[in-house]
Amino acid sequence: MEALKQKAKELLQNGDVKAVLGYAVGTAGVRRPHFARNPKQVDALVLDEKCTQNLATYLTKHEVKHLGKVAVVALPATQRALLQLVAERQLRDDAICLLAVDGGEVKTLSSGAEVEQHLALKTDAMPAADKAMIEKLMAMTREQRWAYWQQELSRCVKCYACRNSCPMCYCEHCTMDCNRPQWVPVASHALGNLEYHMVRAMHLAGRCVECGECGRACPVGIPVHLLTFFAEESTAKQFGQRAGHTAKLDYALSTFKPDDKETFIR
Amino acid sequence: MADTFKLTHENLDSLFAALRKDGRRILAPVDGDGRTELNEVEKPSQVAKGYIQTIMSAKDVVFPKVERLLSYTTAPGTVELHDAEPKALPTVLFGVRPCEAKAFGALDAVFNWDYRDKFFNARLEKMAVIGVSCLKADDACFCTSLGGGPADTAGSDILLTPIESGYLAEVLTVKGKAIQALAPNLFTPGNGVDKAAIAAKLEQAFDQPALTAKLPGMFENELWEDQALRCIGCGACAYVCPTCVCFDIQEEADPKQGQRLRCWDSCGFSMFTLHASGHNPRETQSARWRQRIYHKFSTYPERYQMLGCVGCGKCTRACPVDMNLREHLVEAANV
Repeated sequence: MEALKQKAKELLQNGDVKAVLGYAVGTAGVRRPHFARNPKQVDALVLDEKCTQNLATYLTKHEVKHLGKVAVVALPATQRALLQLVAERQLRDDAICLLAVDGGEVKTLSSGAEVEQHLALKTDAMPAADKAMIEKLMAMTREQRWAYWQQELSRCVKCYACRNSCPMCYCEHCTMDCNRPQWVPVASHALGNLEYHMVRAMHLAGRCVECGECGRACPVGIPVHLLTFFAEESTAKQFGQRAGHTAKLDYALSTFKPDDKETFIR
Repeated sequence: MADTFKLTHENLDSLFAALRKDGRRILAPVDGDGRTELNEVEKPSQVAKGYIQTIMSAKDVVFPKVERLLSYTTAPGTVELHDAEPKALPTVLFGVRPCEAKAFGALDAVFNWDYRDKFFNARLEKMAVIGVSCLKADDACFCTSLGGGPADTAGSDILLTPIESGYLAEVLTVKGKAIQALAPNLFTPGNGVDKAAIAAKLEQAFDQPALTAKLPGMFENELWEDQALRCIGCGACAYVCPTCVCFDIQEEADPKQGQRLRCWDSCGFSMFTLHASGHNPRETQSARWRQRIYHKFSTYPERYQMLGCVGCGKCTRACPVDMNLREHLVEAANV
């Protein structure tokens, strides 16, 4: 922890970055995102197993970009999200400063390639509970699955916490907000909720870094991350590539390859 | 001055039965899947124990997340309009906290300001509130900073405060008396319990009148930008809030028919104030965050002579990035 604070202060004092984004202690001990914009604010930084937020979400926000270069305390999921953002050309190498902490040592990663190299050493499998839940859902009949999701999604109020907390949901004009034409009903009724969550899952197929932030963000506890996890696993199976593993990735669902195994597309 | 009685656990059972016999549904906090939310119950034993708050507020009883205002059908040369009628069911809201009970006043102020909203009023008329005082508070609570309290009676028709073997029952309004009249013998003479000694202790965190007085001069303060930096601009705070009242009107139509819907909306969304021209007067999240504070603590007092916040802390508990409203208000009060 001391090494991280030391590094953060150094970066700020040398003017290498305008802010260090990490975690601090919040309400009743929860960990919250924390922007340290001066050395004094660095003292509030904490890093432990209670820190879960995917901080890569902030890197594409106007208000954060406006600050200038930001160093980010990066958990593996944050690193994967950042790689995917680089692959999708949302971040340039010169905007990257990740602080990866491993056993007290702070490593600074300053390019997509460095993050990729660092991540290659890690295996960050889907949490066992989520994997078990997906298996349980897949073992259901279609009717049972349909009933399960109808029940879950009926609680959705369309606050868009899942969308806004997702590092890969960076679109300036989300399809959900598009009203000319209006693709998806705005209302949070059964159809509006279902269409929203289906569109979100489809838009994350092949792009989801499986951090689970959307599920954690949901105020009413809908396991929406299972939808994107499932979509991601399906694309991984079909196309043999995963999001968040390399800085150079052609998006599976929009890249044409002459040697595609499906004949209908040729 | 309220009439104070005692209501034993046994008699509360009977009161629930009497309310249901009278044709009223009872909504109360119920535990399930690790969450406590309002649900229909038949008996007090189904009501959650030990909860501080439900996640969602009770506002959707009077202001649902989607409400049809009208519908229409069209044929060549004609349009036929159908008024929608609110489905207002006789409802007793049991076990909401005093802060939430008070929040209906803030909704009422808007829905009956320059226009009497028939949907809201139809539902409100058929609703009665049996509030239950808080015996504990958490780090998100700040009702006492806003003139409320863990055993505050405002907004409740009957307020129950847990005591040994049952409740202290304050029958506060005409609606409360009507409930009592369903089974008057269930309410036994009160025993002069000091409810303040039982209710949760919650220290006042800041001087709200002083904050309201200084907000107009703080519009350009850099504090708002600092506070809003970690806000991700979702609508969780507004949608769990018992007083947030903003809505959007949506038209869902095909060539033959359509309907007009009123849906919850949030000032935290970047599109909330986007003009047709493309100009957005609240272009950054900090401007939107500031609006949230100002609307509740400056505009509301000015326009309705009350606050647009009851200090329930639901927004803080629901926020994915832990925007703690009490903490932010304390910061603003200390500027």
